[in-house]
Amino acid sequence: MANDYARPGRVRPAPENFLSDEDIAAINKGGRRDFLRSAFIAASAALAAPAVARAQSAGDPAILELPPWSTSLGLPVAANPYGMPSKFERGLVRRESPGLTRVGGSSVAFTPLQGLFGIITPSGLHFERHHQGWHDIDPARHRLMINGLVKSEAVYTMDDLMRLPAVSRIHFIECGANTGMEWGNVAVPTVQYSHGMLSCSEFTGVPLKLILDMCGADYKKGRFILAEGADGSSMTRTIPMEMVESGEVLVAYGMNGEMLRPENGYPLRLVVPGVQGVSWVKWLRRIEVGDQPWASKDEAVHYIDLMPDGQHRQYTSTQEVKSVITSPSGGQILLDRGFHNISGMAWSGRGKITRVDVSTDGGINWREARLETPVLSKAVTRFNLDWVWDGKAAILQSRATDDSGHIQASYGQLRAVRGTKSIYHNNAIQSWKVTESGEVSNVQVL
Amino acid sequence: MSRFYKTLMTILLVSGASAAFAFDRYPGLGRLATPAEVTAWDIDVRPDFTGLPQGSGNVDDGMVLWEAKCASCHGIFGESNEVFTPLVGGTRASDIESGHVAALIDNSFPQRSTFMKVATVSTLFDYIKRAMPWTEPKSLSDDDVYALLAYLLNLAEVVPADFVLTHENIADVQARMPNRNGMTTDHGMWPGASAANGGIGNGGKPDVNGDACMSNCKTEVLVASALPDYAQDAHGNLAEQNRPVGPVRGVSSGDQAEAGASVDHSGATAVVALVNAKGCMACHGLANKIVGPGYNEVLAKYKDRADAEAYLIGKVTSGGQGVWGAVPMPPQGHLSDDEARRIVQWVLSGAQAQ
Repeated sequence: MANDYARPGRVRPAPENFLSDEDIAAINKGGRRDFLRSAFIAASAALAAPAVARAQSAGDPAILELPPWSTSLGLPVAANPYGMPSKFERGLVRRESPGLTRVGGSSVAFTPLQGLFGIITPSGLHFERHHQGWHDIDPARHRLMINGLVKSEAVYTMDDLMRLPAVSRIHFIECGANTGMEWGNVAVPTVQYSHGMLSCSEFTGVPLKLILDMCGADYKKGRFILAEGADGSSMTRTIPMEMVESGEVLVAYGMNGEMLRPENGYPLRLVVPGVQGVSWVKWLRRIEVGDQPWASKDEAVHYIDLMPDGQHRQYTSTQEVKSVITSPSGGQILLDRGFHNISGMAWSGRGKITRVDVSTDGGINWREARLETPVLSKAVTRFNLDWVWDGKAAILQSRATDDSGHIQASYGQLRAVRGTKSIYHNNAIQSWKVTESGEVSNVQVL
Repeated sequence: MSRFYKTLMTILLVSGASAAFAFDRYPGLGRLATPAEVTAWDIDVRPDFTGLPQGSGNVDDGMVLWEAKCASCHGIFGESNEVFTPLVGGTRASDIESGHVAALIDNSFPQRSTFMKVATVSTLFDYIKRAMPWTEPKSLSDDDVYALLAYLLNLAEVVPADFVLTHENIADVQARMPNRNGMTTDHGMWPGASAANGGIGNGGKPDVNGDACMSNCKTEVLVASALPDYAQDAHGNLAEQNRPVGPVRGVSSGDQAEAGASVDHSGATAVVALVNAKGCMACHGLANKIVGPGYNEVLAKYKDRADAEAYLIGKVTSGGQGVWGAVPMPPQGHLSDDEARRIVQWVLSGAQAQ
C-alpha cells in the first residue's frame, strides 16, 4: 500500500493522451489488438522508470504541488443555472449504435450503463426510443381524454391532472428489444449498446385507476385499455385492466423530482411497471377502455417475437428477470491486478430481485452477490461482489432470481426454446471475458 | 367506443346531467368530452373493424398517392430496404391459402417484410391513418387510406389490380392475409389475466428457467461467440465513452485519426442539426446514396453550374423526379425559404458533418 502512487510495474494503459502520433500510426497499420499488447508493455516500462525517481522524492506531486483549485477563487453560485456534469464526464452520454437504424426519428439512443452508480438513471441519460421523432409539447395545450367503456367520457388538462392526489414510485423501464442485437451472436462492444435500453427513475403521477373510477369505467366488460400518444405516430398499445386495477399503472408527469424530459414524454406519459417500454406511451393523449385487444402496429408488426416454428408471439409485454455486470464490462481495461468491486444491475418485471449470483469462471462456480438497498419491486437493484483479480483470464457472469422464483437463463437454455430470431425479450446471462492484459470484451457462453 | 355511449353522452350533455358522475369526489377536475372531441381523437380500428370509417379506394388511385407520398421512403413497389424494412415481399400464393408465411421457417426471404408478419388488415388501416405519411401524419382522408391500402394489398398479391377496397369487403380481404394464422398468444409474457380467464396467454408462466447450481456446474466453458474487431471499431473510440477515473478505462478503438480532426466549419453544425431535424438525412447521406443521392454526389454534379444555388433551392422546395432515378423527391414544404437556402449553401460548400 505504501507509496501506491509510485508503485513500479503497474499494469496501466495510461489512457490520458498516452497515444503519440507514432502510436496512432501503429494502430492503423498493425491492428488494434496487436498494438494494445505492445502498448501495455511499453506503458508499463515507461511508468516504471519515473516511478523509481518519484519514490525517492518527498511524495506525490498531486499533494505537494497545490493545484489551481486550492489556490484561487472558484466560480460563483448560479454560474450554471441548470447544473451539468463535470467536463470530465463528457464521455458518458447517450449514444446511437451505428448502422442500427437509418432514420433518427425512429431510432434508439442508449444509456451509458458502464458509468452509472446505484439504481437511478440521471434524467439526461435516460435512453431514448422514438417512433416518429420527439416534440417539446406545450403543456397548456396538452389534454388527456378517457373514452370507450366508461359512463362519462372525459377530458383532463395538465392543471387538472397535477391537482389530483399523486404518488411517486421507482421503476425500471426497459425496451422489449434491449439486447435484441445479440440473439444470434455477439454484435456490439459495450454494455451501453448491449443493455442500454434500460433506465430506472422515480416517477410521479396519478394512478390511472383513480381517473377511470372518476369516469365510471366498466370494469366488468372493459378488461383492456388502449393508451395513445399525441406525437405524429400517435403510438398505441393494449394494456391489461388487471394492472390498472392493481393501482400500479400511473399517468405520470414527474421524473426524478422534475417534470418528464421532452424525449421521455413531456408533459405526460404512462408508467406500466414491469412491462416493456413501448407500452409506457409518451405524450399520452388518450386512454380507451375496451373489451378486446387492438392489434396496433406496435403489437402486430413490431414487438412480436418470432419463434422457431414460424409463429410470432403477440402481446408479449412482461420484461423477465435479467441482470448484467456493468463494471468491469465490455470495452474496458482493468486498471490493475488486485481488488475489484464487481458491480451490476438486476431487475424483473415480475417483482423484486431476491438473489444475484456472480461467476468469474464462465459459469462453473458461482458466488452470491450483495444486494444493495433499496430492493424494490419492478425496479433496478444494484449488486456488488468483492473480487481479487490475479491477472489471469476470467469470464464474468451474473445470474438473477426474482421473487416469483424465476431464474435468469443462459443463452443455451434460451435459444433451445426461442431460437435466435425473436429480436425481443433477450434476458440471457451476459458474459464478459477478461484477458491477461486486463482487456474486457463481449462474449457469449452457452 | 360504442355508438350507445356516444348517444348517451350527447343526451347527458344536453340535459346537463354531468353532476351524476363520480367527478364529485374531486370537484372541479376534468369535464365531459364532447362527441366531436371523441370523434376527432378516437381513430383506432380494431381487428373486428370496430372504429373503421366508411369509405372506399381503388388500386389505381392508390398508386398515384403512393408515388407522391410514400415511394420516397418505401420504394415504388413497397420493396425498398433503404429507409425502413420492406413492406412487401416474401409471401406466396400458397401462404394466402394457409394463412402461414412459409418464408418465416425456410428463410427464403432475407428480411421480414410487413406482409410476412402482420396478421390483421385492420392494423394497416389504423397505422396508415394515424401515422402516415412520415412527415405529415394524419393528413390522409379515409378514402386516401382505403386507396393506399388497396395498392399495398395488390403489391402483396392479396387483391387483383382492379380491386376496390371498401368498409364492406375488408373482412373478405382479412380472410386472405398471408400470415393471418401466424400469431400465437400462448406465452407467459402477458401481465394480465390468462386466456382462460378472459385475458391473454398462460397466466405468466415462464417458458425458460435458469438453474440455481452454485459449484461445479459444468466441466467446460464453451464460448460460442466473441466480438469481431470490426464491431468494436464500428462504435467509435470506446476510450472516450468511459470515465477517465475509477477502476477501469475504456479501450482505444475506432479511427483514432478521425477523433483529432474535428474542425468547426462555420455554422455547419447548425445546418447539420437542421437537416437532421427536417428529415433530410432519411434519404440523403453526407457521402452516400440512401434513397436520394448523397450530398457529395449533388455537389459533384452541380458545383460548376453557375445557378446551382437557385436551381437546388427550387428542387428542395418544389421536389423533383428523374434526375437521380425513378423515386421522386417530394416537395419539402415544411422548410422555410431561409432554411432551404442555408441547406443548399451547406451542400455546395462540401456538406461537412461539423
